[in-house]
Formats: sequence, structure tokens, C-alpha cells
Amino acid sequence: MATIYIDHKAYEVTPGKNVLETCLTLGFDLPYFCWHPAMGSVGACRQCAIKLFKDEDDTKGRLVMSCMETVKDNMYLSVEDPAARAFRAQVIEWLMTNHPHDCAVCDEGGSCHLQDMTVMTGHNYRRFQFPKRSYKNQYLGPFINHEMNRCIQCYRCVRFYKDYAGGKDLDVFAAHNHVYFGRAEDGILESEFSGNLAEVCPTGVFTDKSLKAHYTRKWDMTMAPSICQHCSLGCNVIAGERYGELRQITNRYNGAVNGYFICDRGRFGYEFVNNINRIQQPLVRAQIPDAADKDSLYRQLAKILTKDTTIGIASPRASLEANFALRQLVGKENFYQGVSEAEAQLMRNILLTLNSGHVHSPSLKETETADAVFILGEDLTNSAPMLALAVRQAIRKAPFEKAAEISIPTWHDAALRELAQEEKGALFIAYPTKTKLDELADKPLHLSPDEIARLGYTVAAQLNTNVPAPEGLSKHSLKLAKQIAGILKKAKNPLIICGTSLFNEAIISAATNIALALSGKEKKANLSFVIPECNSMGLAMMDAPSLAHAMEVLENGDVDTVVVLENDLYRRGGKGEIDLLFNHCRNLVVLDHLHNETSNKASILIPVATFAEADGTIVNNEGRAQRFFQVFSPKNENFRESWRWLDEFRQFQNGICPEELKAPENLLAEMAHLMPQFKGADTVAPDADFRISGQKIPREPHRYSGRTAMLANINVSEPKPPEDHDSALSFTMEGYKGMPPAPLIPFFWAPGWNSGQSVNKYQAEVGGSLRGGDPGNRLFPEISVAELSYRNHIPSPFIPSPGEWLMLPLSHIFGSEELSIYSPGINERCPKPYIAINRKDAKDLNTAENDIVQLQIQDQLYFLPVRIMEELPQGLAGIPYQIPGLTGISWPAKGTLTKGNT
Amino acid sequence: MMISLLRTIGLTFLHMFKKRETIQYPEEKASLHPRWRGRIVLTRDPDMGERCVGCYLCAAACPVDCISLQATEDENGRRYPEFFRINFSRCIFCGYCEEACPTYAIQLIPDFEMAEYNRQDMVYEKEDLLINSQGKYPGYNYYKIAGLDAGVKGKGTGENEDPPIDIHSLLP
Ligand code: SF4
Ligand code: SF4
Ligand code: SF4
Ligand code: SF4
Ligand code: FES
Repeated sequence: MATIYIDHKAYEVTPGKNVLETCLTLGFDLPYFCWHPAMGSVGACRQCAIKLFKDEDDTKGRLVMSCMETVKDNMYLSVEDPAARAFRAQVIEWLMTNHPHDCAVCDEGGSCHLQDMTVMTGHNYRRFQFPKRSYKNQYLGPFINHEMNRCIQCYRCVRFYKDYAGGKDLDVFAAHNHVYFGRAEDGILESEFSGNLAEVCPTGVFTDKSLKAHYTRKWDMTMAPSICQHCSLGCNVIAGERYGELRQITNRYNGAVNGYFICDRGRFGYEFVNNINRIQQPLVRAQIPDAADKDSLYRQLAKILTKDTTIGIASPRASLEANFALRQLVGKENFYQGVSEAEAQLMRNILLTLNSGHVHSPSLKETETADAVFILGEDLTNSAPMLALAVRQAIRKAPFEKAAEISIPTWHDAALRELAQEEKGALFIAYPTKTKLDELADKPLHLSPDEIARLGYTVAAQLNTNVPAPEGLSKHSLKLAKQIAGILKKAKNPLIICGTSLFNEAIISAATNIALALSGKEKKANLSFVIPECNSMGLAMMDAPSLAHAMEVLENGDVDTVVVLENDLYRRGGKGEIDLLFNHCRNLVVLDHLHNETSNKASILIPVATFAEADGTIVNNEGRAQRFFQVFSPKNENFRESWRWLDEFRQFQNGICPEELKAPENLLAEMAHLMPQFKGADTVAPDADFRISGQKIPREPHRYSGRTAMLANINVSEPKPPEDHDSALSFTMEGYKGMPPAPLIPFFWAPGWNSGQSVNKYQAEVGGSLRGGDPGNRLFPEISVAELSYRNHIPSPFIPSPGEWLMLPLSHIFGSEELSIYSPGINERCPKPYIAINRKDAKDLNTAENDIVQLQIQDQLYFLPVRIMEELPQGLAGIPYQIPGLTGISWPAKGTLTKGNT
Repeated sequence: MMISLLRTIGLTFLHMFKKRETIQYPEEKASLHPRWRGRIVLTRDPDMGERCVGCYLCAAACPVDCISLQATEDENGRRYPEFFRINFSRCIFCGYCEEACPTYAIQLIPDFEMAEYNRQDMVYEKEDLLINSQGKYPGYNYYKIAGLDAGVKGKGTGENEDPPIDIHSLLP
């Protein structure tokens, strides 16, 4: 600890940080622009000036940029010094000489860092009379809007886009007071993290285009802490609603998970909630008209939901609460995971490892500290985008290690980059095609799935001679494996990443072997698993049989009714087998929020709430249980949480009366009691009866407008606001105005800090954990609790078989996920169906790029244009995974290709 | 005591010979100052375009939260309110909305004859609020001053604006 004196008052602070972040941690309102807690300081904007004195007796002092000064013991500083204040006001005034008169039509307004800093420094009257500079804007794609006039040249955008996220197509052009931030020419921003520009840019140059289409100011939104539903990483987000529509997703800081950023799928994928394809009303298809009210629905359900002949099919995209309520309804024996046997098996393999406690599944934050990374069979940018960003940081920051030796502080961004030059941490990627992270890799290895597994086994065998090694390896692979093993062994904090994307269990086993071989007594190696969906982990932990088993009992004919929960089964297996499954069931009850192929088959269809209209808990890939909260109370009363419907259906079987209905926390407590593996999931957030000074936490900012007018067209007497009995949050602006506990933060706001930068005030230390600890509970043991031996199913070498291709499911960040594709922007970025093959294979087929070939997988025929991928091993054919038009395939799959005639 | 009573009676008596303040409303109308705070209107700019840009500042400023609107954009990117609603049964005619408005769109005018038998009729929509006039502040067109191009003026052709920068030039 160091003692510093700010305006003659002593403070105990951590040495080594910069003065700006220290002042912010201490609660000072010190303006800044170019410094960003995740990106460090460059000292470019000159906004954060304060006075630094030589010693106690120095009265003159000198102006310094606080973001460029290291905190040392016995520092004498002044924030309030008149010269420092005047300097800061002057800097803002200069910046504003060219700033357009745009606030009224600027989407940043109301959550604008520039507005906040201008008010903070007291600049309120324009003295500059001369003309303002102007720029032309660019079209940057469906996600981001560009309005270059508003730029204050802080360089945050390019530092994030290029340096932090590795983007190539955003840059700074021209010179002196003409600098321009944009692309070389109009066009779609390529980075998968471009949406963060809207939050990183302190002004309205880059703003969220999806918000613009239904523009609402931050102060007018009803917001709730939520969890992204679009991949397995569980990034924390804030979801905002106005007039019954979900309007915006922004980052919700969680020091252990996503930090300051989220990916574009997470930010822009929310529009499925507002989609016209939502199921609006319960339908009983046997009656005319099929639209049913609650009474007739319940009459029908009472007839068919008999205890012994009903099975339930759960879902990896439904919450723990919903899945558990289904399990309670149908009984443990009749409860099935709604995923294919192949996927269930992969998850069982993963759980075996995680439950043993022998390896450490790192959080995204921990990932950033790895110094050597080996990725087996995952294209992270597409399957777990934020993990790719975290790996990028690990690789980029590894050489910063040596900065301490020459006393460069960890926040000194420019100096660190200068020091690192082209150097980077060790990264090996084994994946059949090129991936975006390849550019950072020491050796991108383009191998078939089985060869990836064999390489993995060999690396493990190099690390520990007890590990079974594959036979018949080439000298080249052996040398490579030795090299990788050597680097992993030397690394202080090695990280292995694998996942389910290629449906290859051997890869997971091989990666597990490497991690086990690296783990020592005192330190466990890091092993990250990328898994398919937002609650795949939670579902797998319920340990239920897969769809294949459900199919068996259906074929035996003992089942009358199948209840499918939030699951389009045509994404889980081949079209033929799913059709068959449905033909076997007499009554099909489907609960979902969007119409899809499965809901079309339902005899009884029940609309349910999306994540924005429901409370729930999901478990991410590292095993962290996280709670998302209902954002708003939907106008359509049929949009009820799945768990509420299902819990209510229990009355038909055992006479429970609906009054005994469970709040989500009671459901979770019951669940943790029945399935001890979920201990901890029930204590993720404070209970529904939690109050601060007797008050709930308001979902609406105190400046929320229009309360007495928004519904006045319907009835001039305002209705009573909806009440929330399920959580400690209220749907109004009334309630506790201070700092809520970390899991309950609906939005970031502090006096004088209207933009998201106010998160500084919510952190125990700027850039660190939220006050009271980052939310989420990890469910897996941290210490070894069970024996775990090395895996031993080594595949034989991959030999292409003539005429038959091994199909590769190629994940696409925009398109492969079921719900986000309903957002117009995501849909626009989704690739058109294609088939990727090696040039030689294409030649053998007598086809060229863009020729149409006919692909037969199982009983399905597809006509797809050829995309030639040089690096793809022969005998493999890749198609985009689960994009519209390419569902209904049972993975893993083989296919035959013939030259098609369209 | 007695004296003050008599004085009061005397003063009241004298008032009978003063000019009358009471007027015979509604036959006779009160004359109101132009800045009198009565019925609220939405005005137009000198080119007869809608002045309101849907910035939500009036709604935020309103102490009784009786303004509600939704912004939308035309094909040129000009923002305007898709709907604009004032619940006059709540309005206290404080004028904060007018003060907050950056475009002179929302204005309080000297008209108080808004009584209704039915409270529901006090809810005014945009078609009840928008008038074909600039109201009290003629001559102002926000989109000519703002930096963005919303189909009113091109980039860099607004008042006190330099032409767009040629980013290929290094000249100062
Ligand atoms: S565009 Fe935004 S982030 Fe980039 S330099 Fe300008 S103000 Fe800063
Ligand atoms: S990385 Fe995954 S969880 Fe995070 S924002 Fe993107 S889709 Fe959502
Ligand atoms: S005059 Fe006052 S109360 Fe009436 S709409 Fe305007 S701000 Fe609201
Ligand atoms: S303040 Fe003026 S411009 Fe803004 S929404 Fe209200 S009326 Fe329209
Ligand atoms: S924040 Fe310190 S110079 Fe920009």
C-alpha cells in the first residue's frame, strides 16, 4: 500500500496503478477520454490533467496527465487546483469548437461520455465563432452507424478495433486536425466485435444501428440484468425495453466473465424477441378455431397429461428452472435431454472431467492470463466469440510479462506495444480450415478431426509417458507434437481449448489427456470446453438420457404424450428420424416462443416467454450458474415463463393447486435438494424478498419519462404498474436509488455519469471486480474429488474414402445460432449455403468454384455452390452449421457429392 | 378597532367607482400575453417541415411525465415523432417542455379553453398538437444548424460550417 495526498487529504492506495484510475476508484470525478480500463493509457486527449507537487511544501506544482503517472508512495496531488481545472475546461472547449449541434438527434445523447465530461468541466457556453469542420460518413454495415462530425480524436475506436480485437478494416486516415476514423472505403465492418465501438467511442460517431431503428434514450428504458443466450459463454448483458419491445442489449460488466465487451451476435441478436413469428396464443390444433383460452387449454391438457404415459423433452436453450419444472412434471424416468445421442455423449465426456476436479475450467478473465494456448478442433471466433477475444488478449499480452523488469507499468499501452513489437505468446490451432485466430498462431494446422485428436494424444504422450500414444505417426507430426509439448510444459499458465463443434469425442479426450498430463500436484492446467448452447452445461448436468432413448420408448408404444420444451427437434437430428419420432407420438405438446418446424407439428402449442420476459438461471461453459431477470412484463399475457406453465400443469396429475406455484428460487432450492450437483445455483442472486431499506431495486432510471401518457391513448387513467413477485427488482422507477448488489444491477448510472462509463463507480477497484464480488457461482469442484484416468480411444488415421465425404459442420457466428438469426442485421450477415471442399477433390468432381454440386446426407438432398478451400484436407466437405436451409441433419454426418445440374 | 372597520367599509365603498376588473367571459375574452403558458402545440420550421426531431428532452423534463413519443426517421434520415402524445389531464402548464426543447418545436400558447366533459378527450395526439405555423419563434430550422445530413442540407453546407474534409489531402 502507498499513501498519496490528494488536495491535502491522505489516501491508502495500491501502488503501480495510474493516478487516473486510482482517483476514480477513490470516487473523484476526474474527466478523461482516451484512457480505457481494458486498454490502458496513451495520454492522447489531455483531458485528465491534475497538479503534481514535488513534496509537501511545493505550492506551485506542475500539470501532469493523471493517466500517465504511476502511483507512488508520498505523492502530493491536486484535482481541485485552479490551474488544473482551467486546463481541463480549456481542453473540452477546444474539442467542442468543432463539435456539431447534434445532441438532439444523436443516439449517444443521454448516455454520452462527452456530454458528461463537458458538464463536469463546466464548459457551457460556446465562445468560438468560426466555422466547424465537417466530414462525410461511411456505410459500415447493418450494425454500426457512422457520423464522423462528432469525433473528438481520442483514438479509442482504432485502439479497440485494431489493437485489442485484431480488426483490419478500421483505421485512422488523413492528418493533423483532419484525421478521419473509418474504413478505407464504405463497407461492412468485418470484426465480430464491431458493436463494442458504440460503447468504446465516447461520442456519437459509432452508434448501434439496431437501436436507431426504434430509438429510445437510455433514461427511457426499463432494464434488467440479463445473460446472453446466444452461445455457451454466458456473457453478462443489460437488456432494455420500451413500449413492450426489446430495444437494446449493452454490455453488463462482469470482471470474471466478459469484462467490458460482448460480441456482435450477443449485442444484435436480441430482435427475435420482437419478431412477428412469435407464438401469440395457445393453440389446440384439434379444435376449430384452434386458438384456445386458458380454460379450454387446461381441459385438453388434463385429458392427456397422465402420469405414466407422458415423456418430457428438455432443452439446452431453456433455463434450469424450466427444465427442472418439466422434470418434475413428467418424472425423472420420463425426462429426456432434447439433444442427439452424439451431443449427449460429448457432454458426458466433458462432465466426467469437470466433475473430477482434476483440471481447472478458466473464466474468460483467467483465459486472458494464459501464456501458451493450444486449440483443438474449434473455430473460436465463430463458436465462442468472446473466448476468441480473450485468447487474443492472452497471446497479445504474454510478452508484456517482461515489462516489469524495465519498470513499464501494466497500463502503459503505447510503451507495452512498443516493447512487444511483433512478439506474442505461443498459440497452436488445429482445425480443418483457416480460422481468424490463425494469424496469431505459431502454426495453424489444418487437419481432419481424427488427425487433430491423434495430434492431441501425441502431445499428451510427450508430456507424460503414461499417456497412451497413437501408432503409425509420421516423423513430422511427432516433431510437431514434441514442439507443442515443450512449449506447453515451459509455460507458466498453459491453456487447452477444445469443444463439441466438430462432434468428435476423440478430440475432447485428447485435450483432456493433455490437460491431465500438464496438471501437477500444486497447479492444475486450464482446460476450456466450448459447448453448443447457452444452457447445454446445465442440461447435461441433469444427467438424463438423450433423444435416441426417447425415440426407443416411443417406438415401443408406451407413450401417449410428448412434451417438448423450447426445442426445435429438427436441429437435433435428421429430418427423417425426427419425422418418425413425431409420427409415433399421439399428442405433442410444444412450449416455445417462436414458430418453427417442431411447433408446426404440435397438437397443442403453448406460447412462452423469451429470456427478456422471464427469470431464469443458466450454466455457462466454465460451470458458472448465472441468473437472468425478466426485463419487462409483456402486453400479451400468454407470454408466461415455461417453468410457470409447467409447474401449473402439475395440478392435472397430483392435484396440486396452482396457488402452491413456485417462485424461481423455490424451484431452484428444490432442484439443488434433489440434484446436489446444482448446489450453488440457487444462491446466485438475492431472493425475491430481498430489500434495501425496505425498498426494491428499480428497473427504470429516475428520469424515466412518459408514465402518465404512454398508455393514455388506451385509457387516461393509468393502470397499476405490474408487480414483480419473482425477484427483488421492481418494474417501475421507484425504489432504492443507491448501489444494488452486483447480481441485481439493472443499469449503470451515477450522478454526473450517464454513460456506461459509470461502471467505474460500481467496481471495488476500477477495472476489477464489481463491489461485493462478480456475480455467478461456479458449480464444479475446485479440488480433485474423483479418480480420473487417461482416456484411451485413439482414432485410427483418417483416410478419405472414395465417393464418401466426412461432413464438417462449420460454425458461423452469424447464422449458426437458432435465435439470433431472427435479427435482420444478423440475417444479413449470415452466409448463403455453400459447400467447402479441397481443390483436388473439386477437380476430381470436375467442378470449379461456385459450381453447384448435389450433396446427399442421410435422406436429404442439397444443391450447394462449391467454395474451394485450399487448406481443407482431402475427403472433408464443410457446410455452414445449422444455418437456415441446412438444418435437419444428424451430426456427425457423412455425405456423397455429385456434380449437380442445379 | 372601530376605526379600522370603518376604514375598510369606506375603501370598499370607494371601489364602486373604480374601473371593473371582472370581464363577461365567455362573451368577452381576456387578452393574454404571447408568452402566456396555455395549450401546447408542435410547430413547423420556416420550410414548413415538422420541427420536432423526437429527442425526448421535453418528455424527460416534464415533471408529471405526461409527454410520450416515439422517434422515427424518413428515408433521408430526418428524425421526427412517429407518435406524440400529451395527456393534458396531467399537464400542469409549467412550460418546462418548451424550455427543454432544442428546436423550438414544442410551445405553450395563450389558449386555455381546453375543458372537456370526458377526461379521455384531454389526451392529445400529434394530429391535435401539430400546427401549420412557426409559433412564437420564427426563422429557426434546427436541421440547418445541426451537423448531420437529414435531407435538409448537405454535409458541410449548414450555417457556419466548412465544406467536408478531403481526407486524401495532407494540406493544412
Ligand atoms: S470516432 Fe469516437 S472513439 Fe474514435 S477517435 Fe473519434 S471520438 Fe474517439
Ligand atoms: S460470446 Fe457468446 S455469450 Fe458472449 S455475447 Fe457473444 S454470443 Fe453472447
Ligand atoms: S407544460 Fe410542464 S407539465 Fe405540461 S407537458 Fe410541458 S413539462 Fe409537462
Ligand atoms: S424537446 Fe422538442 S424536439 Fe425534442 S422531442 Fe420534445 S418537441 Fe420534439
Ligand atoms: S485520459 Fe489521460 S490523456 Fe486522455
